[in-house]
Amino acid sequence: MGDETRSDALDVLVHNEGDDVGVAIHDLEPGEVLAGWLDSERRERIPVKEAVLLGHKVALRDLAEGADVIEYSVRVAHTRCAIERGAYVHTHNVRSARWQQSA
Amino acid sequence: MAAERLTGYRRSDGGVGIRNHVVVLPVDDLSNAAAERVASVVPGVLALPHAYGRLQFGPDLELTFSTLIGTGCNPNVAAAVVIGIEPAWTARIVDAIAATGKPAVGLSIERHGDLQTIAEAARHAARMLQDATALEREEVRIEEIMISIKCGESDTTTGLGSCPTTSVVVDRHVNRGGTVLFGETSELTGGEHLIAERCIDDEVRKRFMSMYDNYIAMIEATGANLLGSQPTEGNIRGGLSTIEEKALGNIAKTGTVPVVDAIEPAARPTKAGLNFMDSSCAAAETITLMAAGGAVLHVFPTGQGNVIGNPIEPVIKVTSNPVTASTMSEHIDLDVSGILTGELGLQQAGDQLEALIAQTIRGRLTCAEVLGHREFVLTKLYQSA
Repeated sequence: MGDETRSDALDVLVHNEGDDVGVAIHDLEPGEVLAGWLDSERRERIPVKEAVLLGHKVALRDLAEGADVIEYSVRVAHTRCAIERGAYVHTHNVRSARWQQSA
Repeated sequence: MAAERLTGYRRSDGGVGIRNHVVVLPVDDLSNAAAERVASVVPGVLALPHAYGRLQFGPDLELTFSTLIGTGCNPNVAAAVVIGIEPAWTARIVDAIAATGKPAVGLSIERHGDLQTIAEAARHAARMLQDATALEREEVRIEEIMISIKCGESDTTTGLGSCPTTSVVVDRHVNRGGTVLFGETSELTGGEHLIAERCIDDEVRKRFMSMYDNYIAMIEATGANLLGSQPTEGNIRGGLSTIEEKALGNIAKTGTVPVVDAIEPAARPTKAGLNFMDSSCAAAETITLMAAGGAVLHVFPTGQGNVIGNPIEPVIKVTSNPVTASTMSEHIDLDVSGILTGELGLQQAGDQLEALIAQTIRGRLTCAEVLGHREFVLTKLYQSA
């Protein structure tokens, strides 16, 4: 990450190329939003399917049930069910891949 | 910042402090009342009441001793009055604090009672306070300031903004020759391999992994579902879904420099650079341990708005959550939410944090100091006998 500031208005920030989820930087309503990657110049429009609050996550691609969820280029969760691109991602549809007792 | 003149208190053991407290330190819960009375008779001295100190044994007792001794030895402390129910444990703490060369005196309540103890302790405290206030600040170098870092009530904004801002400062501080403490053992889960890779040699790596494995084994042995505890309900409300996601945000504040050592809780680091301290992730416990290890200034990234302070170590709070910055502004020393919107660059945010650190070193009070947040919490390893 450099010292440049951005001028275009992003709605979702993504840590790294290859991540499965991005973070809403303000409250989102269903509809198209603009996602931007922090480690590249990539910008992508994502069709958000449901309301997502500031700081909560949006799926950037379809994820199968039981799949790894990648953020910061590292696995941060397993999916509990299939998750569609644009869906809200949180404890209802993902869980820790490490602490099996933390259901 | 290197060009700016910084001032602090040089202690006789070589430590550099940025505050000049006279503390009244109870050895045990029974002595809290007397310690607090002393602080009311002599306003300006700082009582440090806590909940433990009786019938502890083994490593749990030793951690209480090292935390109380380390607190008295912290360079932000000019002098200490130690009050305990009986003389032997009181003397152990006084002797260890006095070994640094700073004034330390002990009183025990048995065979004297609270009233006589308070009267004697207050006379000592009054004189110590006058002597401490006669000490003058001297010019110090930034790398002489031991910094600790720990985040709290994290959310996804901490991993995007306030932790990376802290990371910039950690790298700069260590590259100048300074020392930084980080900890939060269980909150590395999912990213512990990233810390292990940064350990400077195999010996440190092995010690770090052993501390990590032991902590997780302790948690798993309980069989408990930790969702709601780690991550906390506040973390979850802020968008964090798993311990791994929380850990990666946490690790984002540790910079890119090597981890030079993995040290026991409350231990004083012996190597300059980034040190890992085995610790709980509860803010008050962690910062109490880090202050006992000698850290004199704490940088605390927060997401949802943890209000933590420490009696002897100033805590600077940084947030990149715009809601927290606006709804809890009296707790937030630095708002870097502009990183999220792209209005603020990361290096620029690091410059702002360094400027605030310099002001805090020179004596400007942090939000937590102004609001009287003095959380002093001992880490209890298991039940007392």
